[in-house]
Amino acid sequence: MSADPHLSGLTGALIHDEVVPARASWLHTVAAGQTLRIVDLEGNQAVDFMIYAAADDAERYSAQDTVSAQGNLFLRSGSVLLSNEGNPMMTITGTSVEYHDTIGGACSCESNTLRYGHHTKSQHACVENFLEANLAQGRGKRDIVSNINFFMNVPVEADGALGIIDGISAPGLLVDLRAEMDVIVAVSNCPQINNPCNAFNPTPVRMIVAA
Amino acid sequence: MSQTLANPLAARDHARAMGGTQVDTMPIIPPVASDLPEDVSADDLLWEETIAPGGYATRRLSRGARLRLIDLKGDACASLMLFNAEMPTERLNVADTVKIQWNAYLEAGKLLLSDMGRVLMSILEDDSETHDTFCGTSNEAINTRKYGEGRNSGAFPNGRDRLLLGAAKHGLGRRDVHPCINLFKGTRIEADGTITPLIGPFDAGRSVTLRAEMDVIVVIANCPHVLDPREAWSVSPLRVSAWRGAVTPTQDPIRNATPEGLRAFQNVEDYYRR
Repeated sequence: MSADPHLSGLTGALIHDEVVPARASWLHTVAAGQTLRIVDLEGNQAVDFMIYAAADDAERYSAQDTVSAQGNLFLRSGSVLLSNEGNPMMTITGTSVEYHDTIGGACSCESNTLRYGHHTKSQHACVENFLEANLAQGRGKRDIVSNINFFMNVPVEADGALGIIDGISAPGLLVDLRAEMDVIVAVSNCPQINNPCNAFNPTPVRMIVAA
Repeated sequence: MSQTLANPLAARDHARAMGGTQVDTMPIIPPVASDLPEDVSADDLLWEETIAPGGYATRRLSRGARLRLIDLKGDACASLMLFNAEMPTERLNVADTVKIQWNAYLEAGKLLLSDMGRVLMSILEDDSETHDTFCGTSNEAINTRKYGEGRNSGAFPNGRDRLLLGAAKHGLGRRDVHPCINLFKGTRIEADGTITPLIGPFDAGRSVTLRAEMDVIVVIANCPHVLDPREAWSVSPLRVSAWRGAVTPTQDPIRNATPEGLRAFQNVEDYYRR
């Protein structure tokens, strides 16, 4: 038995285990029934996350369908991640973080120019990672829609005010997702350095797939 | 009728006899409107159409054009998609729209931002303020569950499939039906993240006027809000008018209202620097 605390509770055979470097993209297929575990190794690291149906990648994660169906903006243990055609793609089967974001979207070079100024245009961004990962399989800009930001905290105030604030994650916290269909997962290990989503310091995350 | 079925010329006469029929929900071509703002010439009217309950409409609008939506009877729900007309891979980005403006609720002065750091449309006037950036629209599975069926060909069409048909009229497809906003039906978010839908019905005649800040393709579906709690599929006609207008000048108050918004306008001005 492994003493690795990041593997605790995973019962099935280990299929894949990889540390995604800070700022990098990651693309992997997860078969129906398998569990994907994401470990926030050093804490407060946003993991931008998109899902495509392996059989037909025009079907993809829909933040709006997901939050409508559960009547709540936050993704918690038990949240079912729905596609744009209303089908369950993955389920959050457990997480040691209270909730995760799906309204904040992905940072891009272009949106950085609005949020922080044109001096940030050349900085690496999540949309660059999503493009890089998706282009490898023939998807492109049309395939990038509102994503999930695991380990990211975007509360909405009574007057509608919202913003990315200090993370509610910590080193070693994790989220488990069970695939409800064969899915392609695209991840950007967020490189943002202009807001608190990564504590201004992007760090590696660990991706584990278990049967 | 048997003559109509049997004889092409009788069929022609039958078809031609329908011309000029007026119904409540239809496009008016050429456009005519009796209630344009005082400073708008009738010659500048571009589009006049009333979208049926469960219907959709789409049009390309030039930079500067104004788009006015009127909830004629208080129970319309305008689900809206926007594309850069000359490069439709650039489209409305709902996440950037709320994140960059540091606020989730749409009202006069707010911008509808693209995924390329540019403003596609801005909200000039709004007397309703019950809008929704979070919930998206219904799909066939949802309508089948709620109303028994949700097909385009049935009595209870769903929003996604209406938006898909509208997008298809511009050569776009399933990958292009992006997260939408809903005008006239709203949501409010509680501290724990709970979504409270504001479905009405509301007073008749509420309106929203938008300004195209780029050449845009607008796709509008008018289907019940996805969180409409009523058992019956309920939605009322939506009137759409558009007229020519000036491109936003540098001293425009909406352009200059926030540093983020100003940079979005500057990025648009840079895009059209050609």
